[in-house]
Formats: sequence, C-alpha cells, structure tokens
Amino acid sequence: MPAWFRDFADHYLMWNEGYLIWISDILILLVSLGIVFTLTYLKKWKWLWKEWLTTVDHKKIGIMYLICALLMFFRGGVDALLLRTQLALPGEHFLSAEHYDQIFTTHGTIMILFMAMPFMFALFNVAVPLQIGARDVAFPYLNALSFWLFFFGALLFNLSFVFGGSPDAGWTSYPPLTENAFDPGPGENFYLLGIQISGIGSIATGINFLVTILKMRAPGMTLMKMPLFSWSVLASCIIIIFAFPALAVALGLLMMDRLFGAHFFTMYHGGDPMMFVNLFWVWGHPEVYIVVLPAYGVYSEVIATFARKRIFGYTSMVISLMLIAVISYFVWAHHFFTMGAGADVNTFFAIATMAVGIPTGVKAFNWLFTMFRGRIQFKLPMLWALAAIPAFAIGGATGVMLATAPGDYQYHNSYFLVAHFHQMLIGAVVFGYLAGMYYWWPKMFGFKLDERLGKIAFWLFNIGFYVGFMPMYFLGLNGMQRRMYTYPSDMGWGTLNFVATIGAYLMGLGFLFIVAQVLYSIRYGERDITGDAWDGRTLEWSIPSPAPAYNFAVIPTIHDRDAWWELKQRGEADAYKTRREDVHDIHMPKPSGRPFLAGVGFFFAGMGFVFEWRWLAVLGLLGVVACLISRALDDEEEYEMKADDIIETEAKLGRLI
Amino acid sequence: MSHAALSSRILLTVQGGLSSVLKPAGPVAGQELKIIAGSLILTMIVVVPVIVLFGFILWRYRDKQDNPARYDPEWSESKVLEIAWWGIPIVIIGILGAYTAKVTYALTRPPVTDVKPMTIDVTSLDWKWLFEYPDQGVATVNELVIPVGVPVAFDLTADGPMNSFWIPSLGGQEYAMPGMVMRLWLEASRPGVYYGHAANFTGQQFAGMQFKVVATSRAAFSEWVRQLKQVDHPLTVTLYSQLRQPSEIGVQLYSSYPRDLFAEVVWREGGQYMVDSMPSLGSTHVSVSPVMVNAMNQ
Repeated sequence: MPAWFRDFADHYLMWNEGYLIWISDILILLVSLGIVFTLTYLKKWKWLWKEWLTTVDHKKIGIMYLICALLMFFRGGVDALLLRTQLALPGEHFLSAEHYDQIFTTHGTIMILFMAMPFMFALFNVAVPLQIGARDVAFPYLNALSFWLFFFGALLFNLSFVFGGSPDAGWTSYPPLTENAFDPGPGENFYLLGIQISGIGSIATGINFLVTILKMRAPGMTLMKMPLFSWSVLASCIIIIFAFPALAVALGLLMMDRLFGAHFFTMYHGGDPMMFVNLFWVWGHPEVYIVVLPAYGVYSEVIATFARKRIFGYTSMVISLMLIAVISYFVWAHHFFTMGAGADVNTFFAIATMAVGIPTGVKAFNWLFTMFRGRIQFKLPMLWALAAIPAFAIGGATGVMLATAPGDYQYHNSYFLVAHFHQMLIGAVVFGYLAGMYYWWPKMFGFKLDERLGKIAFWLFNIGFYVGFMPMYFLGLNGMQRRMYTYPSDMGWGTLNFVATIGAYLMGLGFLFIVAQVLYSIRYGERDITGDAWDGRTLEWSIPSPAPAYNFAVIPTIHDRDAWWELKQRGEADAYKTRREDVHDIHMPKPSGRPFLAGVGFFFAGMGFVFEWRWLAVLGLLGVVACLISRALDDEEEYEMKADDIIETEAKLGRLI
Repeated sequence: MSHAALSSRILLTVQGGLSSVLKPAGPVAGQELKIIAGSLILTMIVVVPVIVLFGFILWRYRDKQDNPARYDPEWSESKVLEIAWWGIPIVIIGILGAYTAKVTYALTRPPVTDVKPMTIDVTSLDWKWLFEYPDQGVATVNELVIPVGVPVAFDLTADGPMNSFWIPSLGGQEYAMPGMVMRLWLEASRPGVYYGHAANFTGQQFAGMQFKVVATSRAAFSEWVRQLKQVDHPLTVTLYSQLRQPSEIGVQLYSSYPRDLFAEVVWREGGQYMVDSMPSLGSTHVSVSPVMVNAMNQ
C-alpha cells in the first residue's frame, strides 16, 4: 500500500478506527451504487432533475423535507441505540469514550437541527399554503434555496461520520472545550459549518412563511379566522427570525476562533467563553419553542377534526401562542443557573420560565375541552395527538420543577434534565409531527397510511417512551450525570439504565413499524379520491389529494373559521368547486436548478473551511456568487399557466361545475 | 505514613452508602429537596386533574353509535372555565416563584451562621479535581475531606474546559470556569462518604472524573490535617504543571502547596482580563509573580 494512501485512509477515512466505520463505508457505498443503478436502469435521471431537484413547488419541497427528516430520524435513532447499548450495563466497553462522545454529539445535533427542523418545515410547506388558500409561498425560489441549504448542511454534517471525524464536544459545543487547544481536528468544524449552512436556510424559511401568512391569505380570511396551525407557524417564524441570527453569530465567531486565530471565546487575550454560552442559548431556548409551537398547531387541528367539534377557546389559543413566542426570549439563562450569574438574574429567569407554563397549561385545558361534548375518533393522527397530552403534562411539570433555580442546582446536567427534555422533544414535538404526518399524508400522496401497522408502531413507541425515559428522572436524582460514557457498578445505577435501554429498543422497533407501514401503504394503503380524507374542517381538504400544481384554480372566499366544515354543514360544498368562467391564466414560478447548484457551492465551501483547504472554500463561494449573479440577471422567473389547461385539469379531477 | 494508610484511617470511622438528591446529608441539599418536593406538589395540582379529565373525556365522548353522552359540536366558548385555567396556574406560579426567590437568595449565604466557615479552593483539571485548603495549608487531588457541621465556601475555578462541581448528597452544583472564581456554599450535617463528580462534559476521560467526599468530625479532620502536614510531599509548581496535563490519576495528598497557586491559575487563565467584574480577585492578583506563571507555562 502506498504511503500516501495509508495516510489518507487513516486520516480522512479513519480506517484505523474499527469495524463500525468499515460497515458504514460499505453500506454507504452499496446504497449509493443502488440509487445510481436504479435511476439509470429506470431512466429516471431527467425526471429527478426536472421534477424534484429544480422544483420550486412548496408541496414537493415539503415532501423532500419529510424524506430527509425521516432519514435523519433513523440516523439519530441509531445513534441513540448505540448510546443506550453502551449504558445498558455498568463498566461496558462496547464503545470507547471517544466514540461515545462523538455519538452523543451527533445524536443531539441531528435530532434537533436535521430531524426536528426539516420535519417541521415539511409540515409548513405541505399545509400552510393550502390551509390559507394560497397558490404557493411568498418566495418559491427562496423556499427551494432554503431546502437545498438545509440538505447540503445536513449532508456535510453527516459526512463527518465517515470522512475526517465527527464532532465530539456535545451538541451545545461550549468553548473553551471546542477551541483548538482542547479539540483539534475537523470534527468540530463540521458541526460549525453544517449547522451554519442549514441555519441560513432556516432564517430564510422563517421570513418566507411569515410573509406568506401575513400577505397571501385568501380573501375573507382575517387573522382571527385563520386555522390554528397557521397561527402556530406564524408564531414559530417570528421566533426563528429573532433567534437564529444569534446562533449564526455564535457559530461564526467560534469558527473565526478555530480557523483564523481569533479570540472571541478563548480564555486568553480577553476572550470570554460565557459569551458563547449566552449566544447559544439566546437561540437555543427559543429554538425549543420554534419546534414545539407548530406541534401545538397540529394538535389543535387534529383534535378538533377527530373530536368533530370546534376548537375550544380559539382566542385563548391564539393569545397563548403569541405569549409563548414573546416569553421565549426571556428564559435563556435558565440553562445556566449554575454558572454564577447571581441571585437577581436567577430569580428573574426562574420566574419567567415558570410563566411559560401558564399559557401552555391553558392550551392543554382547551384541547381537553375541545373533546368534551365531542365525538372522539381514534384514528392514527388523533392517537399521536392524544398521546402527547399526558407526556406533555408530565414533561411540563418537570419543566416547572427545573425552573426553580435552587432545584436546578441538583438537576442541572443530570439525567433528570435528560429525561425532561426528551419527554418534551419527543412527547410534545415528535408526537405532534407524527400526528401531522399521518394527518396530511393523504393530502401529500393521495393515500392513507395503514391503520393496523400504524397502531402497532404507536403502542411500541409509546410504551418504549415511558419505559425509556421515566427511569432517567430517578437516575438523575441518584446523581448520574449526562454524557458519561460508562459508570461504575457500585453506584446502583445499573437496573434503571438497563430498563431505559429496553425502552429505547422498543422505540426503535416502533420506528421500524412506521417504515414498514409506509412501504406497505404505498402499495395497499386506502386511496383518497375525495380530497377530504378525514372529513376535515379547513381549506386544504376542499381540494383534491394530491393538490394540483396551482393548488386552487379559483382562490376561495372565506366566511368562517372552519370554512370548509361550515360549508359542508350547510350543504354548500359545491361553492368551492370550479366554475369555468372564474378561471384565468395563472402566473407560476419557473423551476430552477440554481438553488440546488448554490447548495452544492455551499457544500464545497463548507468542506473547504472544515479541512482548511482555502482554495476549495474560495471555489465553493465563487460558485455561490455565480448563482446569485445569474439569478439577478434572469428576467424570466415566471411562466403563464393557461386557463384552458387549468380547466382541463379541473375537469379531470371532477371539480368543474 | 503512606497516603493510602492516611486515607483509610479516616474512612474507617465513617460509613458510605448510595448518594441521592433524595437523601440529603446537609442543610443545602435539605433546602433544595424541600423546593423539589414543593414544586412537585404544586405542579401536580394541574397535572393530576389534566390526566384524570383526559381519561374521563376519552371514555365518555368516544365515537360510538349508541353513546348517550351529549354531542355539542358548536360549543366552543366559556368565560368561566377559561378564567379558571388562566387564573389557577397564575396563582400557582406566583406561589412557586416567591418561594424560589426566597431560597435562591438564601443559598448565596452560608447555611449556618453560628459556626466559623472554612474555605476550600477547587480547581478542575483535565481530568482530576484539585482541592486546596488555604486555612490549613494542605491540598488533595480527587479526595475531599471536610469537617461535619462547618459551612464550607467552595471557591471554584478551572484550568481547562469549564466544568461543574457536584456533590448530590450535600447540595447542588456550581460551574468551575477558567479565569473566574465562583462560590458555592455546602455543609455536611452528618459524617459519611459521599459521591462527588464533574457534572459538565470536559472531554474524553470525563466519565472518570469523580471524587470521594469524606465528612468527618471536627476533631478527626484536625487530626487528618496534622498528620498530612507531617508527610513530606509538597505540591510544587513543577508538580502542578504535570497535574495540568490531560491524564487520569487517583487520589493524591499534599502536605503543602504554593499559597498563590489558586490566584495565579485564575489570573493566568483569563482572570487578568476580568478584574473589574470580579472584585474577589482584585486583592489577590497583586501577588502574582511572573516567575511562577512562566514555570507553569512550561
């Protein structure tokens, strides 16, 4: 073997690290070859480029987000199982300390930024324009750019597993541990660049949907007639716009420390590591509400639909969403009560944090009373929404307990905290996204997901959820810290850890059933020909599944909060069908390959920064600039869809009257 | 006398046991347990009704053909109910907030006032804990011996990544950060061996960064100090620069240490840039000698 190859294999491919890397390399190679072969064999390359890679259609972008989110859910889940396997018994040597550190870092980062965020954006894209009666988002081209920035950011981050080495300082990445002195090598750079690139996309999405919701609602849909999911997206976007720039700054400054010898967060030359901690959580805590508010929105839609009753206390629901959005900026220091800010600061942030519990509790009661005097149907979306209520009640209670600063001195960095935030991020956020996925799946694909397999998945996942996380509260109270790769047998933590690991595997099994369910339903799932799979209440159910490219041939006029439900109740559902004389030509955004190419540019620029290959960084950024210039010079970004073609499509869909 | 013998002699007189936040061995942990229990009870005032109502509603209003329960699809407003569930949580949070404020301020002061407190300077290193006893002039690594019934002011810093100093049986943690000194009051009210650990991730050997806390009678503590002073094993500047290197070592006991070491470390690791924000450092940094800084940097 030539020396240069040996060096390359050891340094970049990490072949000296053992069998996990070799297996991953082989699997990645096989999957890539499989994809290339299949596309070539089926002659689908052109289709892939024309229909997907260059699309600016929010519905397709939503589907791409969903696919990525599920893949990342799998990756993050495998990480979790590796961690739990290592901790199942005291003193295990399944993983080395180094690998354990890398895996908990990638698990956290992926689950928050590359699973929860794209899952949420999938729901934004799939539901919001249809729900408010719009033909697309406000900036379709920017929407595609956001997706590709997320995609290539996530790709860059995931690449670290097999090329160069994973980050290993936790998803919170506190300096000075993450400065070059303690953490040399490309791993941490992957973290900084991967998140930075996808974060730019997230800010753009926040702006995009804020404008879409404020400017593109159908006539008659005043803000107080808007469905609650759209309200929750509005609240979430406001937080994104104010919170994500703080993360971009924190990551950018730490990158300058690492790559260009700056001293923003070093101990020397006047740097201040605390500054990073503040900036990180100025984004980090609002981020929790960014991901949870849309889940609340899903619950409001799903519970009203499947309780077959109006949402209870709509005004309270809106006020509580906006209150949470505002209070979310005043709680960040509760992540470091124990960093010596003093009693004044701690008291302020403790009480502000508890205050979040008030609007949140109101939402829980309103959901309960939406079901009160209703007729509850236990369909899959509803099951997940219902499961969220107890999970969220317990997780919310431990959240208030954590907010008591003196109590937090004992919970901080312990498994009590780990149990709490998993209970919220899974029980409140992931359950909500899964409910949303099941709910809007027929709208995306035109068929329902199989109930029987879905119920098995639901129960496995839910039982696993409690078996997995309840023991962690007690582990924390018994003094077990997070992020220890192993623990001695005389601490008495063995049994609870073993139980938690069983829970984790049950959840993993549940996930496999969801995968099986999707594959099974593609073939055998119940087809939705009405467009109104659940006897829904809002606008998206008044059009066919999947919706045509232009969504609404004629933009509907809204008179009520539950516009579609009220029409159906009055027997006037035909009002939302298409009259030939109302159809006009529609301006549609043109597909473009530039967002994809700009993403490629960012990817290579990212690679260049990660490995300090300056030439590659410059080349990548030049590519990005070229895309920007070419876009600026492009005068034909729209095309006209002819009224006759639309009438023909509507006729085929049986919507013409 | 060997280190091992010196340790075991004290260990003989006290008993160990599993550490838990729920079994406090000192007034600070006791106060914290009270607020943990109090907040649990207060939150249950909301959580229990939610879960009971949840079960009841799911059962009563399930979609069954012959379900006799009332179905009222348009009923969606009730001022009385909404005032109740905006109001009750506000009251609960009000009570809990006031209680939290009270305890938060209380914990910044020594837990008892009738006993003269002692100070221990704590430094987190990769991957070990150094404890310096300025009043006694001795130092230890990875083993902390304290007298029962005496409030201890732990002054925390780090010579390395930021860490957190936690002894669950005695009370909650506080961060140890480079270039800063943070104070944590703890006190043991009964003799015992307690578990202490690093609580904030510091890299590869973080999991092994635990230390034993031995709480013993005041007399036994004085005896331990007296005997330790007789062992000729000083912590020198050279030894300290070895301690700074990333490594795992077991328990070490030192008969003396350079008196300015703690201040030097804080000063060198960033304290020099933060004098204004750290009044406690203002008095000590004057004594820092460049010779010592150079020696440690080597």
